[in-house]
Amino acid sequence: MGMPPAGALLAAENLSWAAGGPLLFEDLSVTVRAADLVEVRGPNGSGKSTLLRCLAGLLAPRTGRVARRCAIDYVGHRPGVCERMTAVENLLWLARLRGFADCDPRAALDAAGLGAVRHDVCGALSAGQTRRAALARLPLGAAHVWLLDEPLAALDESGAGILRGLLASHRQRGGAAVCATHRSLGADAGAPPLPAPRTVRLGA
Amino acid sequence: MRLFWTQLRRDLLITARGPAEAANPLVFFVLCAAVFGVVAQTAGERLVGHGVVWVLALFANVLAAESLFWRDYEDGTLEQMLIHARPFFPVALGKLAAHWLACGLPIVVLSPLASFVFLGSAADAWMLVVSLLVGTPALTLIGAVGAALTVGVGRGGVLLAVLVTPLQLPVLIFGVGVAAGHGADGGAFALFALAAMLAASITLAPFAVGKALAISQEY
Repeated sequence: MGMPPAGALLAAENLSWAAGGPLLFEDLSVTVRAADLVEVRGPNGSGKSTLLRCLAGLLAPRTGRVARRCAIDYVGHRPGVCERMTAVENLLWLARLRGFADCDPRAALDAAGLGAVRHDVCGALSAGQTRRAALARLPLGAAHVWLLDEPLAALDESGAGILRGLLASHRQRGGAAVCATHRSLGADAGAPPLPAPRTVRLGA
Repeated sequence: MRLFWTQLRRDLLITARGPAEAANPLVFFVLCAAVFGVVAQTAGERLVGHGVVWVLALFANVLAAESLFWRDYEDGTLEQMLIHARPFFPVALGKLAAHWLACGLPIVVLSPLASFVFLGSAADAWMLVVSLLVGTPALTLIGAVGAALTVGVGRGGVLLAVLVTPLQLPVLIFGVGVAAGHGADGGAFALFALAAMLAASITLAPFAVGKALAISQEY
């Protein structure tokens, strides 16, 4: 077990995890480099969310280690949007918690298609809008690796398009993402070209 | 009549599958009796009045502590705090301060009124207020550690009470000691002890809360 490979933003080595039952995954290694898009695939219950939570540092893997060499951002199954706060308040709270000096919540929410409802409490938003409110915070940070758990869940076609656009521009700036997903998140053909998404398959 | 038996059998079956839940009222009953027993020793003839107000403040505190982290756990903002808040200590302390201002301070303010109107005790109202002012933040801080540990368990109400009440008993005893003006020094020693407990819990509890919340992510 040495240092993570050169140029890796995030490297997981020999991860395994079991929750009192059979092993969900074993000897799993993932290396994430700049501009990577890693899609974690597998049937329900195969450990996709668990893997992402291990990568985010929320869970300690049973074996192996995760080396994080950069800031990460995580949008989980629970989106991290407080329903008693507005979309703007949610964004600003997290930005301050992370120590961002200045951020423009209005532009971020406009880009996510939430400009009209940005001052409504999030409890009044639909599931898809709540997911958009969570994804809207991604470009605010300087996080290099985004860890997204089924980011397409509850999103409509335009929402999915916004997410693909966010991912593409993030990768063009040298960021990377690991996404648990059932549908491909690679951007439509566009310049400059990005590496093809890689796949980690669980529960084979 | 058949419907009655069908439903009775089903609900008894459900109870048998999770007996801990059914034991909750019983455990709470015994816990209350024990707490009153302890307080009666300290409060003496002041039991009805300051003693009762302190016990009620304790239970109100445990009741409120249950909801401390639940919302943040459910909506995922707790995960965001755990990932992004470095260090976690000020975040936890800020959260607990807000909780005490909303749930603890009103009880402190209303306590002399409650003691007088409902329990007919008007003596040394300011001693009651001072004791609660120093004591209830300590109760909140101790309760928060238990709430953080049980947040993933879901509706840990009585479990939480059983977990934290024994740890809160020293605060309760010295709090009642201050309110009842015990000893030759009129409760001054008890007040120092209470203040020491508050200082210790302010420095230690937010750390413990952070560790406990990290553990709660395993569920």
